[in-house]
Amino acid sequence: MEMREKILTFIEKNSRVDLKDLAVMLGVEEATVANELEAMEEEHIICGYHTLVDWEKTSIEKVNALIEVRVTPQRGRGFDSVAERVYNYPEVNAVYLISGGYDLLVTLEGKTLREVAQFVSDKLSTLESVLSTKTNFILKKYKDHGTVIAKPQDDERMLVSL
Amino acid sequence: MRNPLSERIVDIPFSGIRKFFDIAAEMQDVISLGVGEPDFDTPWHIRDEGIYSLEKGRTAYTSNAGLKELKMEIAKYLERRFEVSYDYDTEMMITVGGSEAIDLAMRAMLDPGDEVLIPQPSYVSYVPCAALANGTPVIINLQEENEFRLTAEELRNAITSKTKLLVLPFPNNPTGAIMERKDLEAIAEVIIEHDLFVLSDEIYGELTYLDHHVTIASLPGMRERTVLINGFSKAYAMTGWRLGYACAPKVILEQMLKIHQYAIMCAPTTSQYAAVEAVRNGDADVAQMREEYNGRRRYLIHRFREMGLSCFEPFGAFYAFPCIKEFGMSSDEFATRMLQEEKVVVVPGTAFGDCGEGFLRISYAYSLEKLKEALDRMEGFITKIRQSK
Repeated sequence: MEMREKILTFIEKNSRVDLKDLAVMLGVEEATVANELEAMEEEHIICGYHTLVDWEKTSIEKVNALIEVRVTPQRGRGFDSVAERVYNYPEVNAVYLISGGYDLLVTLEGKTLREVAQFVSDKLSTLESVLSTKTNFILKKYKDHGTVIAKPQDDERMLVSL
Repeated sequence: MRNPLSERIVDIPFSGIRKFFDIAAEMQDVISLGVGEPDFDTPWHIRDEGIYSLEKGRTAYTSNAGLKELKMEIAKYLERRFEVSYDYDTEMMITVGGSEAIDLAMRAMLDPGDEVLIPQPSYVSYVPCAALANGTPVIINLQEENEFRLTAEELRNAITSKTKLLVLPFPNNPTGAIMERKDLEAIAEVIIEHDLFVLSDEIYGELTYLDHHVTIASLPGMRERTVLINGFSKAYAMTGWRLGYACAPKVILEQMLKIHQYAIMCAPTTSQYAAVEAVRNGDADVAQMREEYNGRRRYLIHRFREMGLSCFEPFGAFYAFPCIKEFGMSSDEFATRMLQEEKVVVVPGTAFGDCGEGFLRISYAYSLEKLKEALDRMEGFITKIRQSK
């Protein structure tokens, strides 16, 4: 593996690792890791460092939805301009162009069902190039970003074994 | 009532870590670096095949030597990874872990009076297995200055007219030592010259961090005098499945198979089906785990250097074997005190042979987080002892 790939593979799972420790584990100088990280941020290969939160365990209410959107692509700009119009809404978490039965997959976060529903009917459906929408509410998150949401199992190995 | 026990069995001592286990089990907030198995779960696609085999009702015995499908896959794997070829039908058998294969090989090859050379520090089962097979264990004390590799000179000095078998436990538990090609070539010459056989326990073969692992069976003239033992426990994180295998010339293997047939019947069927998937589609998992262990290995060695703790760089398995002679305590004393005062479990080097005195076995089959916490405590302990001197 190349150094960049090694760094990315590691920090994708644990972005809070101490740079010094990461350098030791990769067998390189701390400056090398720091420079690569900076360069990759500059090149926007690293687009952000986020935190995976299980909101279910807090008292804060959140509703998440996956919305399948069929749209008419625009001459010369394809799907990009409609995608841009959609992703500029702050309540939109993600927008993907999808192959298959529909065109855009939009993930949305709202405080209540009503809020999400209102966004879809008032904002999304009324866009000129949007042909239809189908809203799927998320009932429970089991795994997100490669991480199982449930509390990880304890180490069940014996304390000592030869 | 008469004594119900066999004297020969009673004479074999219990393994030396029971005491530690008992103390540690009673304590709260203990961090262990004493485990000899991977911290990963078996990769899901492998577990899934095990479950699937149960759903399909594959719950009967397999043939004594094991599933043909599995043996064929292992033969391909050995060629692909270690450049050694075995006939799956006559030169290979599936066993209950590498442990069973060690026992079988000793019993198939030894007669009373035959001497078995066992380099130490090494895994605890070779000496008792040799004794149970009526052989005479002869210990070779490996040296730290050689990074605990076996040298041709050490081997030559231990050979007598009665020597029949050499146990070759590399990559090594507990030292993390490996034998590179040049090291193996040097001892192969002596082995051939003295017409010895080799039991090569390569259970940690996939966990080698310097270069690709070399099996002694791939060296010229060695295949016909080698029993190659490997398994799924360490490479695929499958310790609980109890599955290993042995490859050997037909003349040895068929005798091993005879004992296995009477004593065991066959290795667990579910495990064998899961293992087919492991060996067929598991190379990427192994590479990923190896990469992860390697990072922790570097971290561990780095921390030892920072603490000023002397330790040669280990390139195999998932153990380091630091030297603690500067503290003027025995390994046992050091480990006991560190457990009582800092609640960190390590295994005294003496559990793996007398020449392990002055050393500790530290396992890095732990997450970085755990490793860090344990090493912080260890550093505190060392600082305290140095100050009190």
